[in-house]
Amino acid sequence: MKLSIKVEPRLETPRMLGIAIPVISLAAALLSGAVFLFFMGVSPFQAYSTIIRSSLGDAYGLSETVVKAIPLAMAAIAVMLSFTMLIWNIGAEGQIFMGAIAAAAAVRYLFVDNHLAMFAIMFAAAGIAGGIWAAIAGYFRARWSVNEIITTLMLNYVAMNLLNYFVYGPWRDPASLGFPMTAPFPDAARLPSFWGTRIHAGLFLAILFPLIFWVILRFTRWGYEIRVMGENPKAAGFAGMSYIKNVVFVMFLSGAIAGIAGMCELSGLQGRLQHGFSGGYGYTAIIVAWLARLHPIAIILVSFLMGVLLVGGETLQIVMRLPLSSMLVLQGLILFFVLGGEFFRKFRIRILSGGATPPIATTSAKEEK
Amino acid sequence: MDARAPSKPLVRMEKITKRFTGVTANLDVDFDVRPGEVHALLGENGAGKSTLMNILYGLYRPDSGVLTIEGKDVSFSSPRDAIASGIGMVHQHFMLIPSQTVWENMILGLEGLSSVLPKRAIRERILELSSRYGLSVDPDAKIWQLSIGEQQRVAILQMLYRRAKILVLDEPTAVLTPQEAEHLFVTVRQMTSEGHGIVFISHKMDEVMGLSHRVTILRKGRLVGTVDTASTTKEKLAEMMIGQKMIFSIEKKELQPGKPVIECASVCALGDRGIPAVSRATFMIREQEILGVAGVAGNGQQELCETLVGLRKVESGAIRVNNEELTNSIPKTFIDKGIHYIPADRKGTGLVPNMNVSENSILKRYWSRAVSKKGFIDWKEVFSFARGLVSRYNVSTPSMETPVRNLSGGNLQKLMLGRELSDSPIAILAVHPTWGLDVAATKFVREQLLAAREAGCAVLLVSEDLDELLAMSDRLAVMCKGEIMGILDSPAETPVEAIGLMMAGTPAEEALASAPRGGGKS
Ligand SMILES: Nc1ncnc2c1ncn2[C@@H]1O[C@H](COP(=O)(O)OP(=O)(O)OP(=O)(O)O)[C@@H](O)[C@H]1O
Ligand SMILES: [Mg+2]
Repeated sequence: MKLSIKVEPRLETPRMLGIAIPVISLAAALLSGAVFLFFMGVSPFQAYSTIIRSSLGDAYGLSETVVKAIPLAMAAIAVMLSFTMLIWNIGAEGQIFMGAIAAAAAVRYLFVDNHLAMFAIMFAAAGIAGGIWAAIAGYFRARWSVNEIITTLMLNYVAMNLLNYFVYGPWRDPASLGFPMTAPFPDAARLPSFWGTRIHAGLFLAILFPLIFWVILRFTRWGYEIRVMGENPKAAGFAGMSYIKNVVFVMFLSGAIAGIAGMCELSGLQGRLQHGFSGGYGYTAIIVAWLARLHPIAIILVSFLMGVLLVGGETLQIVMRLPLSSMLVLQGLILFFVLGGEFFRKFRIRILSGGATPPIATTSAKEEK
Repeated sequence: MDARAPSKPLVRMEKITKRFTGVTANLDVDFDVRPGEVHALLGENGAGKSTLMNILYGLYRPDSGVLTIEGKDVSFSSPRDAIASGIGMVHQHFMLIPSQTVWENMILGLEGLSSVLPKRAIRERILELSSRYGLSVDPDAKIWQLSIGEQQRVAILQMLYRRAKILVLDEPTAVLTPQEAEHLFVTVRQMTSEGHGIVFISHKMDEVMGLSHRVTILRKGRLVGTVDTASTTKEKLAEMMIGQKMIFSIEKKELQPGKPVIECASVCALGDRGIPAVSRATFMIREQEILGVAGVAGNGQQELCETLVGLRKVESGAIRVNNEELTNSIPKTFIDKGIHYIPADRKGTGLVPNMNVSENSILKRYWSRAVSKKGFIDWKEVFSFARGLVSRYNVSTPSMETPVRNLSGGNLQKLMLGRELSDSPIAILAVHPTWGLDVAATKFVREQLLAAREAGCAVLLVSEDLDELLAMSDRLAVMCKGEIMGILDSPAETPVEAIGLMMAGTPAEEALASAPRGGGKS
């Protein structure tokens, strides 16, 4: 008997699939990751259990996972905001850099010996710097339809080089023995850490931001505008909403949040500005936002899971001598399967036996329920 | 060739049932199509016509029921299967790819093409089909360059190209001018004479009476009956559709127009393609009057309306609202002044398809104090507002949380109309407000526009239905190629021929002089 496979569009996505698809995608990603690990010459089972144990197995691992999740959650909220409006800010990485540079500048030139005041200054500086960085791309997009994917991406490199300029050049700490880094920040410019771990006060922001934006998107007038503009810009114009103004504003806000994420990382964790300081959080955040289906609360959860992967990955590098890039492959697989999962949300696959077509009466279509 | 009465059906649908969350769109419906016939499908908005045909076309799978072609049971899992069985459909809101040419659209999704496209052969086939069925269209034109009527021809050709034996036309005439509709009927007759079967969905009784051989009536998803057109009347059909007798006539009060609400002085504007779409439009709309705008679609009517609500740039000229200069103000200003606009493009402009009924109901009033306080939207208020709208305008929807893309064509329309007619506007710009509405809803909307006029509202009514315009308008502007050819003060007494001439570009004086005086429709 001949079998044929048919792809057909779904008219309605059953609610159950909304949860099943991300879970299955993740499982598929881990499975193919296992194959990949196997070919890298390590036992996938051992590798995965190392990941779990090192990131969730003890208090230290857990705290490190949270430490990674903090900037991720903030940056994911940043990109989520622009994605909701169908503006593709993929420059969170650069905006994180800009926030960090601005915060470092604040410490250098506007130092006040008071925790709260210093925090406020750094917060504002980082927000404004990151915000402007993104708003530039937003303005070009809104005013001249310049593709924001390209501009935000390009600005990432500019920001990175700017950071390098400062840490290699004028801001380099003479006492650093030639390492590209600034002098350690004074105590007043550090965010407090808790429980004797590296978890810092950025944690509150990482939880607060998702909550705030959940409320904004669901319950406020502005949130409603953003959603309408994302769904149908033409209808938004018809309803008197200003697309141009909002594109710029949303990009500003998006960049500001990413910038603040950079500042938290800087003053909460590293305590000085240095070369290569973000480690790709801005890019990983895009994966997080998609995995969370742009839902602010889900972003908290997914960030944590991604933290597990990052911490576990670092351990893998050390314990099993896997190159850093192998973790990037795993991340890439996850994104690939998540986007692939989107396909199954929109289409269904049916396997038909060739020849006789079954009568309709027996194929009751449950999919619409 | 008249092979109707005894011939075997091309396709038969038996006891078809289809449920969606919250609604039963079809319940035990029987339907068949015979070769050489036009089978009309009638029913109120939301009666389940499109759903039934979508099942035939393989877009939906029925919950139960049997589909047979030439006596054999079949099951379609996609339109591809349906087309393979000779069933084609042109949707209510059909989709072509705007940036591609006619011939490229023709082969879209076709399987088994060689990798080097046989462009010559394709073009030849298109030309052959279009001359055979009177569907003239340039194969090399890009879709966006075509009028909606021409696009429809492409969509029909697409189906003929795939050798459809049965062609479903879902409200094809809703978007056509009377002339274009006549043209379509010629094509339809040519097809039936060759033994094709046509399913024809329309809310216009005259078309149904004139074109079809049989009529099937649906009401709330159930089959009311199938009758021979020759043995029935418009009134009987309407009664079967609605379940009660229906009075068609509307009552229009004599009113004295008040002061001007919208004044336009020499307004010029460009169309989407950068060429002039409106030139030197000068007119005013006063309180308590309806200014009709007649003209073949695409002659600048829509662009004109867009300039009046700030959605299109005015290149030169001035627009005043209640004596206040508002030329090129932002759309919000016009909305706040109370100018409401009902665009022709419902799904694309007037509504957000993926958002639900209540979210769509506040699209133009989400900042009003009634539904939002201190920047927060009061969803409870929104719900009760939406519920009121739905019940007042008789929108059939399973719930307030249903995404509007799931509403039937007419119900989409009613929702939007309800929204634009509430909040006591000072002016309403209505573009084809009765497109796709059933008889009852059409009557209701006309009554609402007249009620707005009585309440002091200035109404601009753009339509291609001359009967509608003559019945509704106090004055009638006729547009051709972006210009207002003239404004008739007593349209009902102007000979229709004169209006026709003006629509074709003859200036008013000349047209009136050449057409015989005598009043009314001759
Ligand atoms: N995909 C869908 N999901 C949920 N409900 C649907 C869907 N499609 C149609 N419906 C519902 O089924 C009913 C019948 O819709 P249908 O589009 O068949 O009506 P119709 O007779 O074509 O009406 P109209 O004249 O307004 O086009 C409506 O109540 C509609 O809301
Ligand atoms: Mg329909």
